[in-house]
Amino acid sequence: MAVLDILTLPDERLRQVSEPVGVFDSELQAFIEGLEETRRAGPAAVGIAAPQVGRFQRILILDVSGKINTPNHGHLILLNPEITHWEGFEIGREGCLSVPDYTGNVIRATRVRIVARDRDGEPLELEMEGFEARALQHELDHLDGVLFVDRVVSRRTDLFRRKVYS
Amino acid sequence: MANWNMLTLVGEDRPGIVARVTRAIYAAGASLGEASMIRLGGNFTIMMMVLVEGPTAELEQAVSPVASELRLRFHIDPMTGGLHRHMVPNVQVRVTGADRAGIVADVTGILADAGFNILELESDVAGGEDRPVYIMNIQGYSDRAVESLQASVQRLTRDGIRVDISSVETLIG
Repeated sequence: MAVLDILTLPDERLRQVSEPVGVFDSELQAFIEGLEETRRAGPAAVGIAAPQVGRFQRILILDVSGKINTPNHGHLILLNPEITHWEGFEIGREGCLSVPDYTGNVIRATRVRIVARDRDGEPLELEMEGFEARALQHELDHLDGVLFVDRVVSRRTDLFRRKVYS
Repeated sequence: MANWNMLTLVGEDRPGIVARVTRAIYAAGASLGEASMIRLGGNFTIMMMVLVEGPTAELEQAVSPVASELRLRFHIDPMTGGLHRHMVPNVQVRVTGADRAGIVADVTGILADAGFNILELESDVAGGEDRPVYIMNIQGYSDRAVESLQASVQRLTRDGIRVDISSVETLIG
């Protein structure tokens, strides 16, 4: 499969809420290959979501294993992912294949627990932290039509933030 | 031919400054680029890239009435450069300490010697009149490892300044 076209802001289709995957057939597998190829073709993206290439299904790919000292689960293909638990919050800088030439600071949960399906429809349960948890939240937002630019905060938010001890 | 100008405005803060100033610029046929606007010590400050089609004097004529009405001082500088020249920060520096003269010079002096390029700096004084605390947040770019930068600023901790340097990993997704 060839590299797919990436939808970019202000394309309204990026605001669409995606549908759950119900059928885990060979067409889906072929699409996932294309999505992965598209992720690798761009500027060092650690994740990509199906709606970014105009397929409005709850499919995302994550791989933060290239970052040094980052706990991670390697290359992940997650279908119908849901966050079941989150804790902590952290500011971090994000950019997006769908928002070229812009980066901004976003608050995300530090740790998340998720349930999802793998590419064959088998259930998965994972705990993620740090950069991987951030990437998951960024990609999952795409499935709900949310972009990181909707969540950008000022540095001042960080300056005056009160640390919450759990 | 269109030219970028840097427009600086400063004056006592009140609601409506941004709306009035940008309306006047728009009405004059100029357009805005990157901007930084913030309230500092009860003043409102604006630094804004403005693209002007005609002579710069037209921008000055457009801004002048609204500036005098809102009692803002302003300044226009023709500039080289333009949009889409972002540098993505890879290092963040947080500084806190009892407020005293020279904190900024001390910290940034060490960073500059290490070749650190400041892309964004925000600072404030918290803690009240009797016990002021200086807080500074810097994002910048450095080729040096975070550990080496951290070692360079280590001597400041003796003076009661806490300097925390960490890497900024920009997530692209």
